[in-house]
Amino acid sequence: METVKKTKYMNPYLAGVLLGLVVLSANFVSGRGLGASGAVKSAVITSVETIAPIHAEKSKFYSSYSKAHDGKPMHSWLVYQMLGVIVGGFASGAISNRLTWKVEHNPGITSRKRMIFALAGGVLFGLGSQLGRGCTSGSALSGMAVLSLGGFITMAAIFGTAFMLAYFFRKLWI
Amino acid sequence: MGPLVVNEIISENTNLLLAFFIGIGFGFVLEQAGFSSSRKLAGVFYGYDTVVLKVFFTGAITAMIGLLFFSLFGWIDLSIVYVNETYLWSAIVGGVIMGAGFIMGGYCPGTSFCGAAIGKIDAYIFILGLFIGVFIFGEGFNLFEPLFMAEFMGYPRLSEFFGLTEGITALLVIVAAVIMFWIGEWAEKKFPREEY
Repeated sequence: METVKKTKYMNPYLAGVLLGLVVLSANFVSGRGLGASGAVKSAVITSVETIAPIHAEKSKFYSSYSKAHDGKPMHSWLVYQMLGVIVGGFASGAISNRLTWKVEHNPGITSRKRMIFALAGGVLFGLGSQLGRGCTSGSALSGMAVLSLGGFITMAAIFGTAFMLAYFFRKLWI
Repeated sequence: MGPLVVNEIISENTNLLLAFFIGIGFGFVLEQAGFSSSRKLAGVFYGYDTVVLKVFFTGAITAMIGLLFFSLFGWIDLSIVYVNETYLWSAIVGGVIMGAGFIMGGYCPGTSFCGAAIGKIDAYIFILGLFIGVFIFGEGFNLFEPLFMAEFMGYPRLSEFFGLTEGITALLVIVAAVIMFWIGEWAEKKFPREEY
């Protein structure tokens, strides 16, 4: 191979052990697991409060969360953690030579189709993460680490559903 | 000793600073594992790339074993570590909706931010979707609330639910994970992928 090779990905089991140590340190330092959708929730609530303050105050969803965070939803653990995720992901991409602007998709579909399904998937994941009280990071991964029953249920529901629907969306990926 | 912030060994502001560093570790490991690529993530559902299965379950059992040993050594008080609450129906229905989002979008929230960090435009679109999805839940909260609050079971651990000790439960989870790793390795040989 004469072409410039991209650096390969880390051994998955080693990456898993390191991921576990990150979850462990979050529990040791802060008494809690990791999360991702919580930061999006903070940002959405802050946006709604800024644009439509009266509307936000009337809604239980927005006002109760804001009260629980002293009126500053962006000043929360998960928001700072997600800022770190962006920095860490960028650093990893930089040292492994993977920083490029692109729409990644299976050559069998157009990038337009990929974008439409990425948007639809994001909407569903955002909605589901609120109903399930956390996403793959907060509910499934961190929940399993503390042996939470709910964490195992959510994990099984996420992966089980994706496996069951895989056949119908196969053209997107294979 | 631990958790440090709950036991007031570190201040709330130090806690937020450490959250940032923990996040760096999280994002770095996810990206190094290849979780910034939706095609790699979706691979687990077709057997051509089971990196998700391996990293996710190795991560979960490493953290689980670590917490149990920390507790055994008296380094952490597990009774004040947050255990996710269990609302049976919202956990299932929320998980089902997220599963559909996963197979369509190819990302989950954490990995989409990782993908966005290295320039994946589809990851930005997915994140836009996340905001819309959370907003829909917020606006329709009255509609979702009965399901959201249904069948509250408290904060049960898997061990309590099955009436086993935490050690035995952890051992069973590890055995289940090893079986899945074995299936994953088999699937990757059976469904080889083209280079991408």
